[in-house]
Amino acid sequence: MTKIGVLALQGAVREHIKALQESGAEAVGVKRIDELNDLDGLVIPGGESTAMRRLIDKYEFLEPLKAFAKEKPVFGTCAGLILMAKTIQGQDTAHLELIDMTVERNAFGRQKDSFEAELQIKGVGEDVNGVFIRAPYIVNVGKDVEVLSVHNDRIVAARQGHFLCAAFHPELTDDYRLHQFFVQMVNETKKVIA
Amino acid sequence: MLKTGTDRVKRGMAEMQKGGVIMDVINAEQAKIAEASGAVAVMALERVPADIRAAGGVARMADPTIVEEVLNAVSIPVMAKARIGHIVEARVLESMGVDYLDESEVLTPADEVFHLNKRDFTVPFVCGARDLGEASRRIGEGASMIRTKGEPGTGNIVEAVRHMRMIQGQIRKVSAMSEDELMTEAKNLGAPYEILLQIKKDGRLPVVNFAAGGVATPADAALMMELGADGVFVGSGIFKSANPEKFARAIVEATTHYRDYELIAELSKGLGTAMKGIDISTLLPGDRMQDRGW
Repeated sequence: MTKIGVLALQGAVREHIKALQESGAEAVGVKRIDELNDLDGLVIPGGESTAMRRLIDKYEFLEPLKAFAKEKPVFGTCAGLILMAKTIQGQDTAHLELIDMTVERNAFGRQKDSFEAELQIKGVGEDVNGVFIRAPYIVNVGKDVEVLSVHNDRIVAARQGHFLCAAFHPELTDDYRLHQFFVQMVNETKKVIA
Repeated sequence: MLKTGTDRVKRGMAEMQKGGVIMDVINAEQAKIAEASGAVAVMALERVPADIRAAGGVARMADPTIVEEVLNAVSIPVMAKARIGHIVEARVLESMGVDYLDESEVLTPADEVFHLNKRDFTVPFVCGARDLGEASRRIGEGASMIRTKGEPGTGNIVEAVRHMRMIQGQIRKVSAMSEDELMTEAKNLGAPYEILLQIKKDGRLPVVNFAAGGVATPADAALMMELGADGVFVGSGIFKSANPEKFARAIVEATTHYRDYELIAELSKGLGTAMKGIDISTLLPGDRMQDRGW
């Protein structure tokens, strides 16, 4: 069975585990580096990106995560998307630098501006409920990045090879289509590696 | 169609804070220390609970200057406290762009009968609770997050433990009940029936439940996680300790890795003096903040 980890340093871990299980994968929380070993893919959940980064640094998780991502699929939502971006607007440094894109943090405003909206996501669905919470968005993408969803002229979901990211929180709804899409990506990569 | 202020958006904001530590701060400098230490949010206050306790008198919403200063200092969410039932303090803080409001017993209540109708607001609310009835009433009024009341500003974990054990035990009891026993339980707890029914089905509160009120050390934070808290508020415990930055970092790590006891031992070494604590039995009835609200 396909086994997918959810980085469990902080944030909405439980919801991702449930969504992955509902999508037909085995799912576990990952708190230590050695727990990455037998995984086929990884989800980086929503949470606070600054808090997650401090815990990543503290336990020297950054390099093992980058090494993991060389072969295995990674899916980041909200804070996870920020951690995956090559460039963060207004900051000199980024985090895992997996996807060739520039993102802006808290780009839709403060919590009172957080919203739900119906999204069209390429390959996933025409009516996906997007939950945006103090969300970032993707300002621009490199040539190898495929834009999957745009909301009010802003890029909110994208894919580059075996990396997937979303500015919103599919794990907060009962609609598991985006997780199914990721599990499919993981299964395909698994076949190639095997 | 774009919808703001929905239950999903308000509760979801708290879901993103899980496994994290929310720290009380009184200025931009402390807020920056908290953010750099890995706090998931800060609570902007004029005084930390220990100082509110010492100062006596009426404790009100913080000076908006302080809230504004903190809002501008950090990129993590900023929370602020309004008095129980004080509609205008809550509206003022909401208008300033505060990300989360705490209708808090740490401040002197403005209304001894009615809590805020939190469903009216776009901004989400966290409220304190000592038992499942109180938690359910607050959720019924629209709270998007619950925290134990504990006994704020004492540096004594005993009340937070009491409240967390009480709530978790009552959830287990309700989960095991047959549905025909539930209305009587709702009556006994003073809990809205529909919310109790949902708790029975899910085996947990429909919102995130943090620990608060007395967390002073990394081991205290880990204890509350062990007892089932989704995360931890630390009020006076950090900036009333000898070395705030070190305490803040240690409490964050102990909250994430709450079952890694060797790590907690390492984190706890040479931390310096924790805040001076207060034995609950020495508090006069009027000084017990947890008895405020119903």
